[in-house]
Amino acid sequence: MNQKNSVEGFRHRFSQYGDAVHERWLNTPGWQRWIVYVVLIVAALLLPSESIGSFMSPYTDWASILFFPIGTYVVLAIGLNVVVGQAGLLDLGFVAFYAVGGYAMALLGTRLGWNFWLILVVGIGLCALSGITLGAPTLRLRGDYLAIVTLGFGEIIRITARNTDAIGGPNGVRGIPHPPSLPDIELFGVQIFKYGVLDPRPYYYLLVALAVIVIVLVKRWEKSRVGRAWAAIREDEDAAEVMGVPTFRFKMLAFAIGASIGGAMGVLWAAKAISINPNDFQFLLSATILAAVVMGGAGNLPGVILGAFVVAWLPERFRGLQDYRMLIFGAVLVALMIFRPEGLLPSRQRKAELQEGSGGMGTLGAEVPGPESQGEEVASR
Amino acid sequence: MLLEVKDIHVHYGKIAAIKGISVEVNEGEIVTLIGANGAGKTTTLKTISGLRGLTSGKIVFNGQDISKLPGHRRVIAGLGQAPEGRGVFPGMTVHDNLLMGAYTRSGDFGADLAEVYELFPRLAERRTQMGGTMSGGEQQMLAIGRALMAKPKVLLLDEPSMGLAPLMVQQIFSIIEEINRRGTTVLLVEQNAQQALKLAHRAYVLETGKVVKSAPAADLLNDPDVQAAYLGGGLGHEEAAEETPAAE
Repeated sequence: MNQKNSVEGFRHRFSQYGDAVHERWLNTPGWQRWIVYVVLIVAALLLPSESIGSFMSPYTDWASILFFPIGTYVVLAIGLNVVVGQAGLLDLGFVAFYAVGGYAMALLGTRLGWNFWLILVVGIGLCALSGITLGAPTLRLRGDYLAIVTLGFGEIIRITARNTDAIGGPNGVRGIPHPPSLPDIELFGVQIFKYGVLDPRPYYYLLVALAVIVIVLVKRWEKSRVGRAWAAIREDEDAAEVMGVPTFRFKMLAFAIGASIGGAMGVLWAAKAISINPNDFQFLLSATILAAVVMGGAGNLPGVILGAFVVAWLPERFRGLQDYRMLIFGAVLVALMIFRPEGLLPSRQRKAELQEGSGGMGTLGAEVPGPESQGEEVASR
Repeated sequence: MLLEVKDIHVHYGKIAAIKGISVEVNEGEIVTLIGANGAGKTTTLKTISGLRGLTSGKIVFNGQDISKLPGHRRVIAGLGQAPEGRGVFPGMTVHDNLLMGAYTRSGDFGADLAEVYELFPRLAERRTQMGGTMSGGEQQMLAIGRALMAKPKVLLLDEPSMGLAPLMVQQIFSIIEEINRRGTTVLLVEQNAQQALKLAHRAYVLETGKVVKSAPAADLLNDPDVQAAYLGGGLGHEEAAEETPAAE
């Protein structure tokens, strides 16, 4: 009992500190925010430096893992967050869209010789379309049922790819072209637009650019009518419908946007990878990205980004411990769920939903009392 | 006639939940559907608001057949609902909940917002509080206020007394009366038959998916069968009826 109290106390203090920071941020004037944004982008661009890498990743090349898994997970998590965090739809097959993007790049690049930028646009369109194709029949389902169907979809895509010889079967596709280079442009001794085999940094810069664009767009949607509709659907789908929100259409939109983001990342990743095969798109990746979203604080972008970073980076950081690294990774996840069940940086809205008892997952969670539901009982007396 | 439900049938899978219910609501009325648990009251209401599809029958609202219209389009047509179990958005403030209610509307609805806050002073006090942290009665007020924000012609209320203390039930019912007096037609589903019949103009008694009686509410209050079944056996047990609102 005593132990439980100290855990509660720690959680409470931690969460109060978080609230204070959040409050400060909400009261920050616009121009100061812009300074923070610029600093963050510059920091992201300076991240692949030796001095940071020697601490962050003593066992592997820091710039490489910044692109994959860290950066890739971050973008995928931002995409999945639209579906899970904002619209409240539990998608266990998100990797499918990443695969569609990856295969689009691989096939259009090798077979038709298309340019990376063109494939990026077409790939995003294809993924939006596959999101809608999956969504149209399945989004009539709710909660657990939707989760099962999306799980199945993820596996169908991977197994179909493995069994279709026309797209390489289990061997996948090799010789995927890189994005077109501009080797003449040099900045601080780095050829920032030279997309070759040796230097991962140009890809990483491209990924940062993609991430920034995606974040700006997602943030805009979140604050618009669409974002309000998603929040309403997440919190109570029936109530949203009787408020006049076309719930089905908005759920499809969330699926399509999430799929497009996953697909864009798939295209970019395949453009660096040279070869891809169906085993790159395992269910484990969907589960890991979902863990990143939930652990970081579903619905809150900074939280989701932080969560993806932690989930991608920890196993790499402890690579020296060999098999024990997964044990440590698991222990960290369990510890987080004990100390921060609402995620590292939860949105205030999500916290209130969690307290209300829908498990913080909107309509997708079982109706079980949240960890702090005692408070609600007192309030309703 | 503003709302006419014509012989609707509704199935949950193979099980028939509603076996031919017809209800008429005239402009300016308060009509109530009473009946025991499982009689099909809530299902009828959900079918009217479009959350449930119907197997056969017809729903005509304001001269328009809305049976095939999705729920969100019926809101635009003028049906407002405070759903079962209140359905307040827990992570939004009271104010944001009310703004969600006006989701279908464009232009200025400041006057309506002011009217809702005037009807429910408690909501005005709690403007910035999260919906999920309010008491049951306050959530019910919020659900009704939110439905009003869409300026409905007919307000559909699903068991507003559910799980509330008797004093709060009185308060909610007098507000419903006030809303009706200001010109909104009300279709009320209630298990608390005593209160509902006192408030309503006309009533329908539902049993296992069918209408077994329909009459002016005052007549049903004195009907021996209704008294026996829903009003505590006609032994003057007013308190008994009031003290057993369905637990949540």
